Amino acid sequence: MEKVMSAIKSFGLPRLIISLFLLVLFIIAPFAGINVGASITDVLGRFGQNAIMVLAMVPMIHSGCGLNFGLPLGIISGLLGATLAIETGIPGPVSFLLAILYSTPFAIIFGWGYGKLLNRVKGSEMMIATYVGFSSVAFMSIMWLILPFKSPTMVWGYTGQGLRTTIATDGFYHHILREAFVLRIGSLSISFGEILFFAIFAFIIWAFLHTKTGTAMTAVGSNAVFARASGINIDKQRTLSVIMSTWLGALGILCYQQGYGFIQLYQGPMYMAMPAVSAILIGGATVNKASITNVIIGTILYQGIVSMTPSVMNSLIHTDMSEVLRIIVSNGMILYALTRKTGASR
Amino acid sequence: MKKEITQKDVRNFLANNIVPIIFIVLCAACIPIAGYSGQYLVDQIITRIVRNSFLVLSLLIPIMAGMGLNFGMTLGAMAGQIGLIFVTAWNVVSIPGLLLAAIIATPIAIILGWFCGKMLNMAKGREMITSYMISFFMNGVYQLVVLYGMGSVIPVHSSQVILPRGYGARNTIDLLNVRKSIDNFWTFRLFANENGTGGLTIPVLTFILIAILCVIIVWFRKTKLGQDMRAVGQDMEVAREAGIKVERTRILAIIISTVFAAYGMIIYLSNMGTLNTYNSHSQIGMFSIAALLVGGASVSKASIKNVFLGIVLFHLMFILTPQAGRNLIGQAQIGEFFRVFVSYGVITLSLVLYEIRTRREKAESAKTLALSQKQEANA
Amino acid sequence: MSEMTKTLLEMQNVSKEYNGNPVLKDVNFTLKQGEVLGLVGENGAGKSTLMNILFGMDVIQQTGGYGGKVLIDGKEVKFASPLDALKAGIGMVHQEFSLLPGFTAAENILLNREPQNKSVLSLVFGDRAKTIDRKELQKEAIDAITKLGVELDPDMLVSEMPVGHKQFTEISREISKSAIRLLVLDEPTAVLTEKEAEMLLKAIRNLSNQGISVIFITHRLQEILDVCSKVIVMRDGRIVKELDAQATSIQEMAKLMVGREVNTSGNHSEATARRAISEKTVLSVRNLWVDMPGETVRDVNLDIREGEILGIGGLAGQGKLGIPNGIMGLFPAGGSVKLNGNEIPLNNPRACLDSSLAFVSEDRRGVGLLLDESLEWNISFPAMQIQNKFLKNYLGGLIKWRDQDAIKEVTEKYIGQLQIKCTSSLQKAKELSGGNQQKICLAKAFALEPKLLFVSEPTRGIDIGAKSLVLQALREYNRENGVTIVMISSELEELRQICDRIAIITDGAVSGILPAERPSEDFGILMVGKSKKEAM
Repeated sequence: MEKVMSAIKSFGLPRLIISLFLLVLFIIAPFAGINVGASITDVLGRFGQNAIMVLAMVPMIHSGCGLNFGLPLGIISGLLGATLAIETGIPGPVSFLLAILYSTPFAIIFGWGYGKLLNRVKGSEMMIATYVGFSSVAFMSIMWLILPFKSPTMVWGYTGQGLRTTIATDGFYHHILREAFVLRIGSLSISFGEILFFAIFAFIIWAFLHTKTGTAMTAVGSNAVFARASGINIDKQRTLSVIMSTWLGALGILCYQQGYGFIQLYQGPMYMAMPAVSAILIGGATVNKASITNVIIGTILYQGIVSMTPSVMNSLIHTDMSEVLRIIVSNGMILYALTRKTGASR
Repeated sequence: MKKEITQKDVRNFLANNIVPIIFIVLCAACIPIAGYSGQYLVDQIITRIVRNSFLVLSLLIPIMAGMGLNFGMTLGAMAGQIGLIFVTAWNVVSIPGLLLAAIIATPIAIILGWFCGKMLNMAKGREMITSYMISFFMNGVYQLVVLYGMGSVIPVHSSQVILPRGYGARNTIDLLNVRKSIDNFWTFRLFANENGTGGLTIPVLTFILIAILCVIIVWFRKTKLGQDMRAVGQDMEVAREAGIKVERTRILAIIISTVFAAYGMIIYLSNMGTLNTYNSHSQIGMFSIAALLVGGASVSKASIKNVFLGIVLFHLMFILTPQAGRNLIGQAQIGEFFRVFVSYGVITLSLVLYEIRTRREKAESAKTLALSQKQEANA
Repeated sequence: MSEMTKTLLEMQNVSKEYNGNPVLKDVNFTLKQGEVLGLVGENGAGKSTLMNILFGMDVIQQTGGYGGKVLIDGKEVKFASPLDALKAGIGMVHQEFSLLPGFTAAENILLNREPQNKSVLSLVFGDRAKTIDRKELQKEAIDAITKLGVELDPDMLVSEMPVGHKQFTEISREISKSAIRLLVLDEPTAVLTEKEAEMLLKAIRNLSNQGISVIFITHRLQEILDVCSKVIVMRDGRIVKELDAQATSIQEMAKLMVGREVNTSGNHSEATARRAISEKTVLSVRNLWVDMPGETVRDVNLDIREGEILGIGGLAGQGKLGIPNGIMGLFPAGGSVKLNGNEIPLNNPRACLDSSLAFVSEDRRGVGLLLDESLEWNISFPAMQIQNKFLKNYLGGLIKWRDQDAIKEVTEKYIGQLQIKCTSSLQKAKELSGGNQQKICLAKAFALEPKLLFVSEPTRGIDIGAKSLVLQALREYNRENGVTIVMISSELEELRQICDRIAIITDGAVSGILPAERPSEDFGILMVGKSKKEAM
């Protein structure tokens, strides 16, 4: 009994409940007349779409900057890359590469500034990160209106000025990863393109954490004073981690757009940090410890619940409470992580 | 010697009041561009003070207790809204309706405040982000109750309130029954023309209520509980050693703030006349906090003066920017985005400045050591 | 003065042990009304434990209570909490200030005991809604300040006060408590300037004249002579002697404080057998100041010779810990540090490590270890980061990959060498016992293969067996690798066992350096002496 209890404790009660809940959903699904194959396809699709944004949490957690509530800043870099790529008018897969290319310098510059800022406010990174995210989204809302974009795909038709709220990626990089290397078994279809894309970056981060610099970054997050006493420049490591997180955020939104099919501007990125934060926490990360496994498990669990709950609930009780449940579960998870004693050191 | 001091004083004054100064400059620049009449602006500002001051005042007590900006005031706003939904459904009109709403909201606000306080005690040192997440979390619970519980579990059946499907509150609820009933209870016209129209309308009762709350806050600072909160706010350990019940005091601070926020929300909505069931509360939290910070408050220090200065400046900016944007660039939308940016930006700026300032103060002691050795070497 | 004859406090055969280790044995003394009793002894002599018993602190009950009797007015008392002690009229002023910076002196003096007014609202909302009676508060505060007989503005904010006034505020708070009869002052003058200390001594005499008894704990022995009528010297949990303050001297007290029985000396005479130490200076420290809270270094000048083990001793709070922490860049520091004639930049841990200095911190859990990481990480980390050890290079050094095998190898080498008890090299550092954690810290420093090693409080909080192992390891490391070691410790005997020379730090400066084989009284005098000149 004690062993069971300690196993539960190490796995984390909330994670256990969420896993069981998802399991139950999958068991009920066939009886509710839901196609399990299609459901799994949906979950995997959402996984591929969102996983990199969750991965963007990892570097900052490792360096002790806490949960990256400032993810919108990375997303904005991605949006700038995306809009610039479309502005060139080059269609097809090249546009996706261009978007990545264009967003990179923005991510580096924004991440650098953001990192410098977070170094000056050690201890309250999360609150300030949240508001840096919000402010930058609001600032960019103005920019989207006045930046001199010309491409007719993106500009409002009737004024010829200012970008549209949502821009379709059709003809550019719509489903560029989703429809690459697809395996179809009945109603189940697995897109290896997206999974591979995620795997590449997950591998890069994993490998990075095994290098000298990666080790230093982890040590900074684990015990900053120890790292400083060992001659590590803490601020430099933290800034580096923030740049990495920001860049991954940019890639993440591009990956999201190709699956979702639309670029969402203006207030779109405002609350995008919450699902990613919550996913990695569901995956078992804490405020200062996270691994690639946490990312994978977390994203699958989170997206599983988000996509399964509405369909199962709808067919069972004919009420769609899923959005409300999603808010409660995801924010409850963040709250749980913040109020835990073990994470209280930072 | 004297000149040096004054120069330093000026610099300190600027550094400590940078946020209000930015706003004064901003507003001063926008007034001519927007081209509104002075009377219109004054009238608008009076309306905003009437609407918002109670809400902003509710933030003062947690700051006093060292718990930072209470993003959890949203919880109070939810409680107030639930109260209003009930009185609308029951068709209780005018001031009795508002009173009843307050009576319903009070226990809900107390429970929510207690929950919030408990959680914040578990997250000492990061109260703000936690209270922020609590407001998000509770928003989910609120939606669950209002959107699914009302009409199905909770017996509310008025068609004014409930969606045609039979359960769940409508997106917007008309508060005709209680609209402006406090404001119009006793009004007073300033600079009216001969017909008794025009000029400025002063809602006397609302101002009396706000004045009462100000007095309560001033009085509260002088009570034993207020003194304890200030003590807890400065150093929890010292307060604990002196025998003050730290956790309990902190929870009380949040409860009081939440209850005031509930009343504030009722006053706010009765002035607005409509309730945006699923949006009003989350916006109000941000606007109230931004207003307080604009008034020159910080995470650890805020006064009644900050509240009123903040409301005037923040809402002046709010009124001016869309029009200024239209006149300047020909697009009102830019002004709207701009004011959202400013609201978030001002919170960010205040938080960052506060952190940097605290850090600088800590670094002072090393300087004095170096100095003392230099002096010794010289001697 | 006639009251002086009545006995207020009496302790009879008081003893106490923690987990079977006796820390207090047979303590007997009496204290009369209005009497000022001096209590001296090294750190760890049992003074704090004795005071904790007197105050009924929780820690005493939690560890199994105490033996013997405490009598007040001739009646036995057993305080269950500090609150009971307060009720019986005993107050204490601790070394650390317990003050609120944003409150005035008066508010702090009457913290949580503010006089209150009743009002209608308080009937509705309860006691905490009573308003505070500012006038009365002011009056009571002034009363306490006058009783103490010092100058203190009741309206001054604590944050704007000089240190001395903070101390007076603390003491006034104790005095303002009703029925105060016995006041315990724990090193109240340690942080004061000379002038402030004089004022305080005057205040103590004032209190004594008003019939309040005082127990005065201090390391400044001159103050004892100035103000006390009786002195108790403690060592190793016993009262070694009760002295008449009028008839004793600083030398006598210092000797009693640090003197040991002869039987221990046999052990270390062989250990400290004088060996030839090169005259070459390896590290020279000039005008060092370090801003380390509680361990401020003001002006340290020190020459460390090649190949020696230099001990740095001194009482707690005098600044001995600040020296290595400042040199290694962990706290803001200034002055000049030269290694073999080359200036080492301060406030830059990397530069120190690059010049082959290494540091084992006294704060194992805070600074010394990555508690949540494996032993492998802990031991290999600094060497990996500073010297690029345990790395595999790919792409011409562009990618520096952790060499897991090399890390495991070095970890297991040190686990064997230092006899570290653990389940595997992958165990988390936080799961080890204190002694084994300390060995990990040493291994971490050894892995850097330094030329000069600072070791700060290496035996603090670890058991006796582990202690001797750690000391042994240090000695061997010094002898076999020729590494210069600077060891900072509060335990003089430990320093005398292993060091060649010992420097004593008082008031943030070196008060003297002596060969380790000199009798411990000499060191004792250096510890308590105000300056080099007086001690010599």
